[in-house]
Amino acid sequence: MITQITNKIAQIKSAAGKTLVYFFLILGAVTMIIPFAWMFSTSLKPYASVFIFNINQIQWIPSPVYWGNYINVWKVVPFAIFYLNSLFVCAAVTLAQVATSAMAAYAFSRLKFPGREKIFFSYLATMMIPGSVTLIPVFVLMRVFGWVDTYKALVIPVAFSAYGTFMLRQFFMTIPRDLEDAAKIDGCNYLGIFTRVILPLSKTALATLTVFVALGNWVSFMWPLLVTNSIEKRTLPVGLAYFQELYQYAQPDWGLLMAGSLVTMIPVMIIFLFGQKFFVEGIKLTGIKG
Amino acid sequence: MLKSSAKETVAGYLFLLPNFLGFLVFTLIPVILSLILSLVDWDMLSAPKFVGLANFVNLLGFHMQDGRLFPNDPLFWKCVGNTLFLMLVIPVEMAVSLFLALSMNRKIIGIKLFRILYFLPTITNGVAICLLWYWIYNQDFGLLNSLIVKLGDFLNLSLKGIPWLTSTLWSKPSLMIMGLWVAMGGYNMILFLAALQGVPRELYEAAEIDGANCWNKFWSITWPMISPTTFFIAIMAVIGGFQGGFMQAYIMTGGGPDRSTTTIEYLIYNHLYSWQHVGYSAAIAWFVFVVVFTITVVNWRYGGRLVQYYHY
Repeated sequence: MITQITNKIAQIKSAAGKTLVYFFLILGAVTMIIPFAWMFSTSLKPYASVFIFNINQIQWIPSPVYWGNYINVWKVVPFAIFYLNSLFVCAAVTLAQVATSAMAAYAFSRLKFPGREKIFFSYLATMMIPGSVTLIPVFVLMRVFGWVDTYKALVIPVAFSAYGTFMLRQFFMTIPRDLEDAAKIDGCNYLGIFTRVILPLSKTALATLTVFVALGNWVSFMWPLLVTNSIEKRTLPVGLAYFQELYQYAQPDWGLLMAGSLVTMIPVMIIFLFGQKFFVEGIKLTGIKG
Repeated sequence: MLKSSAKETVAGYLFLLPNFLGFLVFTLIPVILSLILSLVDWDMLSAPKFVGLANFVNLLGFHMQDGRLFPNDPLFWKCVGNTLFLMLVIPVEMAVSLFLALSMNRKIIGIKLFRILYFLPTITNGVAICLLWYWIYNQDFGLLNSLIVKLGDFLNLSLKGIPWLTSTLWSKPSLMIMGLWVAMGGYNMILFLAALQGVPRELYEAAEIDGANCWNKFWSITWPMISPTTFFIAIMAVIGGFQGGFMQAYIMTGGGPDRSTTTIEYLIYNHLYSWQHVGYSAAIAWFVFVVVFTITVVNWRYGGRLVQYYHY
């Protein structure tokens, strides 16, 4: 009898706990959704109807629904150019960073050469240095090289990463050496081992790094802002900010701004939906932040 | 025919070369250049002038005036204060992240959906987030003031909208609320979740036999077991916090009102780009480096004492 009652109590307790958990999770989810819903709702309103007379009358569902912002966003500013710039820069940086990091990581983890440990230590040591310390001289270098306002400045200085090298090196260290030895006996040279043994075995690590580098570059703001002057060279984040600067003396066209912001989010959401596994694993593995 | 060890050396250098060149030109040399820049006065137009430690004296020094001590650069210290103030949200962010992770650390229907929703701000372009919140905080037409006025109507009070980003009182809390919203379900929650999943179940089972309730279990098992992760997140957040606040200031506030949202990072940008004080901006960057370095070293030396590591 008593055990029955305690069982019952335990059941009720766990049910109450579960309900509470769902309550908080849903509360959190609603907190997340509301600003995005507001963003979407605003993007479907024409310029004037955003400015309601009574502040307490929130119009969540616009009537009529106005899709014009999604068309105008491509016309008011050269949004398509921003988009293409971002796609190109992001692809180039990601490819270069992953490729050079993988090659360097292979050298650090598998090949013996004089000075290896010292060079690797210098990589590690610089990882602690705040971005702004190197940002300032590299910005000056861009002026010296005459690279300001070119794709070179947007891609080359950010195409190398000590962090990516470090992460891949740690991963390569875990790959058993037996496979390479077998390949060596079969007459494979170092390039062959790298491309046919190491890389195929590191698909997950490479994918994780790719997702991180791509996302990090897609949202990068300060560097492209510093090294671009003309509108034609701007990437999406800088372009979006420029959008807002158009309205310095008036209320911005919020519908247009929100539509533009939403359009920039789409590729990332696609990458995230497909790459979620790599993403979550990558964070757990390394604790790195974008 | 090369000897195999010589071959290996050549291969090693060749594999390293592309990355090392980039590392040399865009990291290693700039670190040295940055030190040199911090010792000069230069506006990128006229010739740079060597000034020794003058930048650092201007930055960190104090002078006497009318028998009182004044900082040489009050704006810099104000920005340090702003940066520290904005970092006060870090413990709140961490608590909410941990709470969400605890809630998600069980069989949940729709866990994937929750995870995507919570992660959405993290993967969203920061400029878009800043624009969105700039609009939400709009004093006359923004969502937040709409909700406040509506709540006032509901309670029969005449609540007025808050000048979120335009008053010195609210500007920092506004950025902190936004930061909380962005960060609570992001990287830190996933790190906490991974840490929670690493706590051995036997510990909980043993505690249950001893009659421990949820509260006991959390404080005597979960909290000590995840303390390395908690400590790691806190250190990373503090290091990030010292370098944060640029985008918010650039997009939403322009560093104002009355410089109340200018962080160290935004000040560096202002000196470098807006005012062409290249040397001075490098000096500030080195100040940030010293702070970050100190935190890291102290963490290395003494962090272990605050954290309980378990070995199996």
